[in-house]
Amino acid sequence: MAERERSATPPYGGVFVARSQVMDADDLRRAVTRIAHEIVERNHGLDHVVLVGLQTGGGPLARRLGEALHRVEGTEVPVALLDVALYRDDIGLRPVMPEAVTNIPFDLTAKVVVLCDDVLFTGRTIRAAMDALNAYGRPRAVQLAVMVDRGHRELPIRPDYVGKNLPTRRDETVNVTDDGVELGEMVKKGTLR
Amino acid sequence: MKHLLSVEDLGADGIEEVMRLTDSFVEVSGRAIPKVPTLRGRTVVSLFYEESTRTRLSFETAAKRLSADTMNFSIATSSVKKGESLRDTVQTIDAMGVDAIIVRHASAGVPWQVASWVDASVINAGDGWHEHPTQALLDCYTIRERVSSLAGLRIAIVGDVKHSRVARSDVLAFTALGADVTLVAPPTLLPPSLAGWPVEVSHDVDDVLPKADVVYLLRMQRERQTEALLPSLREYTARFGLTRERARLLADDALVMHPGPMNRGVEIAAEVADLPRSVITRQVANGVAVRMAVLFLLLGAGRR
Repeated sequence: MAERERSATPPYGGVFVARSQVMDADDLRRAVTRIAHEIVERNHGLDHVVLVGLQTGGGPLARRLGEALHRVEGTEVPVALLDVALYRDDIGLRPVMPEAVTNIPFDLTAKVVVLCDDVLFTGRTIRAAMDALNAYGRPRAVQLAVMVDRGHRELPIRPDYVGKNLPTRRDETVNVTDDGVELGEMVKKGTLR
Repeated sequence: MKHLLSVEDLGADGIEEVMRLTDSFVEVSGRAIPKVPTLRGRTVVSLFYEESTRTRLSFETAAKRLSADTMNFSIATSSVKKGESLRDTVQTIDAMGVDAIIVRHASAGVPWQVASWVDASVINAGDGWHEHPTQALLDCYTIRERVSSLAGLRIAIVGDVKHSRVARSDVLAFTALGADVTLVAPPTLLPPSLAGWPVEVSHDVDDVLPKADVVYLLRMQRERQTEALLPSLREYTARFGLTRERARLLADDALVMHPGPMNRGVEIAAEVADLPRSVITRQVANGVAVRMAVLFLLLGAGRR
């Protein structure tokens, strides 16, 4: 899930203020290409590999990885989208809303699912995603690709493919777009000067 | 939002939010195993003082697909038969620690009264002739499924408007989303006053049908009609029923809707109800997803 959107959509409020640029568009492109090669290497090709982007921040990464894999191996890898809101463990504790509709138009049984997200933080979104995947079949394996691993894990989850390891404070926010990665924080509306 | 008592609780923005959420629950309903763990550990009670097939089953299915526990209350087998009052009944249920109470009652205003007595969220599933908000939401969703927006759409609501809570909630919802609504009925089946209703009124269905994008037929509520409002049902069908001949007056892409249960042969001809332009079974299918969205919004989305 897009960290910036999660913090900025109506239930949460606030605006993102960037403090520093961590990656630019070229860095992103190179990271995507490297991860694509790692996926091919790790799985000895792309047989049964499918990409599942987490709504909504993981969607662009899944799409770009799909394009990169096509360039590397000449194979079309299916790309699906998953919204994990209905599987979160903090429903009722804080505002939770589905971000966009899940679209997994094929059975995941016996597939190698590469979950894609923009930022890995507490790991709770990934836990919810692994729970949600069960509804679409029994994958042979589930792997995790993220553009930024910002630490602060609350669950025993680690990524298989990482664009960049980025040490952060808990109260910072990482914003991933097609133009790059920025580190900053959410500022409540009205407190901006 | 804590309760859903009237369409007015939502407003246009709230209706749009329910529509957006419903897309997610339509996806859930289309899966091989249509169930998510979202409302695990929550309890939803149906408190129906009036008979119902689709609304009660629809809410129950919605709650179960969200993994909530459901309890069913039917007056026939309850202490209401021993004379227990509505208030005592409701507070007994609330004391068991339920999260939502879905109320249907023959008297207008009962859901408001219940909401003032309990901690649980209250959903109005029909109060007398007054309101039936989840029906209006599923009607909006069903129309949006075929036509992208209700803005500027011409919707004719035909039939027993006077006794229809569906008509009241639909008028509120359709007009909130920008549709132009025309009520079509004999004068005896219209409310005594329509002051403040943002609608047009007609007594000539043949004049309205060719211009309508949606024809919404209401059930002839014979059980609520205490006086002679119609000379005969046959005369009503002849003048207002959507017969096969009248259906030909409709534009090619006009939709036919009905909240059910249908009196086939009275307000709608049997074969018209089964035409491709009829979205009556879509209304029922979407009803489950819309009610999942409402339950999620009240019990899962968190207070705002």
